[in-house]
Amino acid sequence: MGRVVVDVMPKPEILDPQGKAVAGALPRLGFGQFTSVRQGKRFELEVDGPVTPEVLAAAAAAAEQVLSNPVIEDVVRVADAEADAAATIASGNLA
Amino acid sequence: MTRIGVVTFPGTLDDRDAARAVRLAGGEPVALWHADADLRGVDAVVLPGGFSYGDYLRAGAISRFAPVMGEVVEAAGKGMPVLGICNGFQVLTEAHLLPGSMIKNDHLHFVCREQVLSVESTDTAWTGEYAAGERITIPLKNQDGQYVADESTLDELEGEGRVVFRYEDTNPNGSRRGIAGISNAKGNVVGLMPHPEHAVEAGFGPDGARGPRSGTDGLRFFTSVMRSLVS
Repeated sequence: MGRVVVDVMPKPEILDPQGKAVAGALPRLGFGQFTSVRQGKRFELEVDGPVTPEVLAAAAAAAEQVLSNPVIEDVVRVADAEADAAATIASGNLA
Repeated sequence: MTRIGVVTFPGTLDDRDAARAVRLAGGEPVALWHADADLRGVDAVVLPGGFSYGDYLRAGAISRFAPVMGEVVEAAGKGMPVLGICNGFQVLTEAHLLPGSMIKNDHLHFVCREQVLSVESTDTAWTGEYAAGERITIPLKNQDGQYVADESTLDELEGEGRVVFRYEDTNPNGSRRGIAGISNAKGNVVGLMPHPEHAVEAGFGPDGARGPRSGTDGLRFFTSVMRSLVS
């Protein structure tokens, strides 16, 4: 079973009220070093077989047509979840 | 009698009020179901307010793909009057019948108030019975009501006289340029965040000149469309 990750973020020029609310709360909890927060969405799409280039292309199309609204959002990532995790481990970034 | 369809999606809340507004205006409301690709021969369509499909993905995003919406988009293209109220307005933007989109209110709170609007355009199918510049009061209630579009789209809307309603006295949700409602180029498709269908009968509407709850400023949306259909 394969899994595709799709990340959608509000466009940079669109004010993000949710991110602003989180940014306002962080200093109150002692996290004063973060100057700005933007909140987006992560979708995980599962398929029966492996994540082929065709599956990724279909996920990219779904991301553009359904999962995001191009007026207010950008699709910032469409990736095979496993390859993504492997790359993260290889680069030593996983805590 | 003029037949006006009112669409019900899963999670629609204001379909009965919209049907009642049509009846009080002298029309015949016709219930339309989201899953039926059938407009049942209506002369106009209202997409009412609510939280269709829970608004989980984005407000109106999933409703846009409902079977009935294919028919609505086709009929709107041929000039049928379509009115989107609140969630219905969000559905119209997701369906690309109207430009721009709605995001969360700038202050992050749900807002519910009696809102003053100015009628900026009387050249639409839904506003012919108002006077240009008239101030009307109808309820506003939403979470995702902040109208946004890029500057060139906003300039185009203003330049073509397609800003139909603007918030007066206060901007309740941070909408760009105080825009409360817009139309398409032909003027048959109108969307707005406030709720005209909640201000159609004395005793049940906002406070008005004739006393508490006497406001019926929303009724002329529905009489306007009926007049536009006969003429």
